[in-house]
Amino acid sequence: MDTTDFCYVRDLVQRRAAIVLETEKTYLVESRLQPLARREGFLNIAELVAKLRMSATGELHGRVVEAMTTNETSFFRDLQPFEAFRKVILPELIAKRATRQLRIWCAACSTGQEPYSIAMLLREHFPQLATWDVKILATDLSTQVLEKARSGSFNQIEVNRGLGAPYLSKYFDRQGLTWQLKAPIRQMIEFRHMNLIEPWPTLPSMDVVFIRNVLIYFDIQTKKDILRRVRHLLRPDGYLFLGGAESTMNLDDSFVRTEVEKFSVYRLR
Amino acid sequence: MNAMIVDDSRAMRRILRQIVEPLGFQVIEAGHGVEALNRVSEFPDLDLILVDWNMPEMNGIDFVTAIRANPAHRGIKLVMVTTETEPSKMARALMAGVDEFVMKPFTPEILVDKLRLIGISVE
Repeated sequence: MDTTDFCYVRDLVQRRAAIVLETEKTYLVESRLQPLARREGFLNIAELVAKLRMSATGELHGRVVEAMTTNETSFFRDLQPFEAFRKVILPELIAKRATRQLRIWCAACSTGQEPYSIAMLLREHFPQLATWDVKILATDLSTQVLEKARSGSFNQIEVNRGLGAPYLSKYFDRQGLTWQLKAPIRQMIEFRHMNLIEPWPTLPSMDVVFIRNVLIYFDIQTKKDILRRVRHLLRPDGYLFLGGAESTMNLDDSFVRTEVEKFSVYRLR
Repeated sequence: MNAMIVDDSRAMRRILRQIVEPLGFQVIEAGHGVEALNRVSEFPDLDLILVDWNMPEMNGIDFVTAIRANPAHRGIKLVMVTTETEPSKMARALMAGVDEFVMKPFTPEILVDKLRLIGISVE
């Protein structure tokens, strides 16, 4: 890939999504943009970028940004956070919430496996929540992945991965090679388009926020900014889940780390 | 850790062995449900059995049922590895006593994930 083309894409993605792409990530840009270039009818990435250069911004720019920001995800990814959620955090919140209301937010939800994992977990292990007001909000920057997430449809490899057979046999319907989450599970989640670096829409106070394996892509100022806004959104006794390799250390002092079932979660001081 | 692979296809057993051995397992093979049942008694330290569903004479479900009927084998994890993909069949396998269910085709990562779900940790 041409260096000036890479720089163009890098600057575009940084401007629009605050994501930092170092030069070592050329392969990542190539692997994401080649299929996009073909879909859009271009011969190669060079032609795609040439077209992008012809205007300051447009739909094509948006599609390029989306292609670069889609995250890989899987059901019950890393497992431990879900164990912590199931064994300790949920029982604690359930005991405390006299309002019988729970608000959970999965930011950067990609194709939806994370919020769906949470929904299945609630349904399976906390049937008493059926009479509660429980809302799972799942947001992502990419309209394309949100569409797939809303459909709740996955292929065999995706459902084979990380998803225990008890869940798969109970909460999915299979049609050919496509597995779809049953309607009651799909209906537990509200999928919304949202860019973490743009002004946020008004969101309700959250009991639990999942922003896993997303912050790593941003520069420090953006990380701080996002955590600051999460801080204002999180209930005083709420919980923040980050990715296994992430932390709020050196970013935001108002969070304190605590270990639950061998997994680090964050709470407000 | 010790694992047994039960599948009537030699090619499948080889594929599974190539995935499971690098994870740190000593692997024993059996091409037939009855043979497998006999060999299980020979290996008291078996941690895991990977078993196919569709096998001649004794299918995977009957094999799993037989294993689960014996309290001596309670500690062995049973994972069905099969081309069967119907949710109802999956449920049936779970009722018979499998710990997990892997659909073919699958990747090594998928098997590792499933093992982790049932408490077998491989690095």
